[in-house]
Amino acid sequence: MDRYAYSKRFDVKRYPGFLLITMVCLLILYAPLLVVMVYSFNDSLSITKWGGFSLRWYVDVFTGLEAEKYKRAAWNSLSIALMAATVSTAMATAAAIGMVRGGQFKGKSLSFGLISIPIMVPEIVTAVAMLIFFSTIGLTLGYGSILIAHIVFCIPFAYLPIAARLQGIESSYEEAAQDLYANRWKTFRFVLMPILFPGMLSGFLLAFIISLDDFIITNFIKGAGVETLPTAIFGAVKQGIKPNIMALSTLMLLFSVLMVSLSYIIGRTDRSVDSKSNKD
Amino acid sequence: MAAFGSGSTVSRTFAPVRNWLLMPTWLTVGIFMLLPLLLILVYSFLTKEFRGGVIWEFSLAAYDQFIFDRGLFGDAEPSIEWTYINIFLRSLVQATVATLFCLLIGFPTAYFIATRPPSTRSLWLFLITVPYWVNLLIRTVSMKFLIRESGPLNQALLGLGIIDTPLEIINTNLAVQLGLFYSYLPFMVLPIYASVERYNFSLSEAGADLYAGKWTILRRIILPSIKPGIIAGCILVFVPSLGAFLAPDLLGGAKTFMIGSLIEEQFKGNAGNWPFGSAASMILLSLVLFVLLFYARSQAREQL
Repeated sequence: MDRYAYSKRFDVKRYPGFLLITMVCLLILYAPLLVVMVYSFNDSLSITKWGGFSLRWYVDVFTGLEAEKYKRAAWNSLSIALMAATVSTAMATAAAIGMVRGGQFKGKSLSFGLISIPIMVPEIVTAVAMLIFFSTIGLTLGYGSILIAHIVFCIPFAYLPIAARLQGIESSYEEAAQDLYANRWKTFRFVLMPILFPGMLSGFLLAFIISLDDFIITNFIKGAGVETLPTAIFGAVKQGIKPNIMALSTLMLLFSVLMVSLSYIIGRTDRSVDSKSNKD
Repeated sequence: MAAFGSGSTVSRTFAPVRNWLLMPTWLTVGIFMLLPLLLILVYSFLTKEFRGGVIWEFSLAAYDQFIFDRGLFGDAEPSIEWTYINIFLRSLVQATVATLFCLLIGFPTAYFIATRPPSTRSLWLFLITVPYWVNLLIRTVSMKFLIRESGPLNQALLGLGIIDTPLEIINTNLAVQLGLFYSYLPFMVLPIYASVERYNFSLSEAGADLYAGKWTILRRIILPSIKPGIIAGCILVFVPSLGAFLAPDLLGGAKTFMIGSLIEEQFKGNAGNWPFGSAASMILLSLVLFVLLFYARSQAREQL
């Protein structure tokens, strides 16, 4: 009994205060968002005083004076994010198959380096680089330049989950398909892609969110007259935080949370499929 | 970085078309990312044009302007120009302090989550990562709204009688650090969490059996074992903080100017100076590459 006396002195896993710090951490992370959410329902022109509950600022976002501007910005943001995520996921899927299934080849690490440049370089430097490049080749800044930029910086974000998933898939599936005379495209389309799909989906969602989130690079290369939601909000905030901005922010916030919850749920069902297939 | 290649299973199915599969990505990143980065280097050695843009003439003026003050007409005796050096030093200090802040809060949080039962662990992680997915601009604006002089934070503190006069947080270094901390905290928590999760707690038990106190165990056993996670977290916070634009721009004032704002200013409107902005970008990029190289070397040493 005496032997255990000292090892039971304390629970070695627990540290006093760590729960408290975790709570402080969550408080700091959520307090600003919750405050903005609450104030977006404030029925008062002043953003300081509480004037009762109201949905007037949400109505204002959709029908107010600036509604047209925000609608156009939202359309630009969503259409660019959708296209950038689709194109970058397609490229990243091909690249991941080339890297993971391509065997050893010369320049493999150089290739890794190239793919990961957009993640490693600070955003402001990427922004400057693209602005200089587009103005040197004489491309008019606008929707097109934003789309190109978004495709480029989404590639590594789409690549990472796809390559990770692909590494977990045994190559015997492809070999079996080849043995049964499937050509390369059919092997990909009917054998590899269905197994790889969860990875492609999370790559797509990640790229989609990263594209929607971007402010700095878009702000540099958007040119005159074209706005995405972040650049439109930034422009408005420069003149002070107005209640309709808080309503718009709350809507975007809820959209992001919805997307993340969706990918979380996809991730969970995916894992349960995995464990099932392991049992078989 | 395990996700980057080096698969253990090698099938020959796609090997013959490897280059065709990689070509679109090589071309896209090569043309629209690598080439532009090289162009910055070229631009930093060109002569500035007064309405924004450049004249294609070789010049060291951009780097010279960074370090020396030659008077209004460029003919005075050169002296050291501290303005820009100070902005870089301030950015380094701000990023360092933000990283330490994140470590101080992020480590206990990551440790706490990693020691939860597996059933609740993913929920805790989910709670930590959700704010990260909310638009960075919206998060920064929310922070500005919360801490401004007549904002809810001051109202609450005044209402509770904790303070008599509103705290002036906005436009200070503290506000910028708070913004950076808030922006990048999940980057600190996730790698440390991954390390703690792999940590073998029987080592702590062994320490306790040898009469080590709780905090001795933390300092002498746990922290050294999870060092790779801590270093990774610090780099993931430090690097984006160094070049941050939104936090210093929205939460800070003239006295909290950082590299990001300095660069942005050179490319906005007609008053800009493209070669100077390019030079500042190159210096920032070198700092970041230096940190990443240091990280790569420490990783390589870890694996030996």
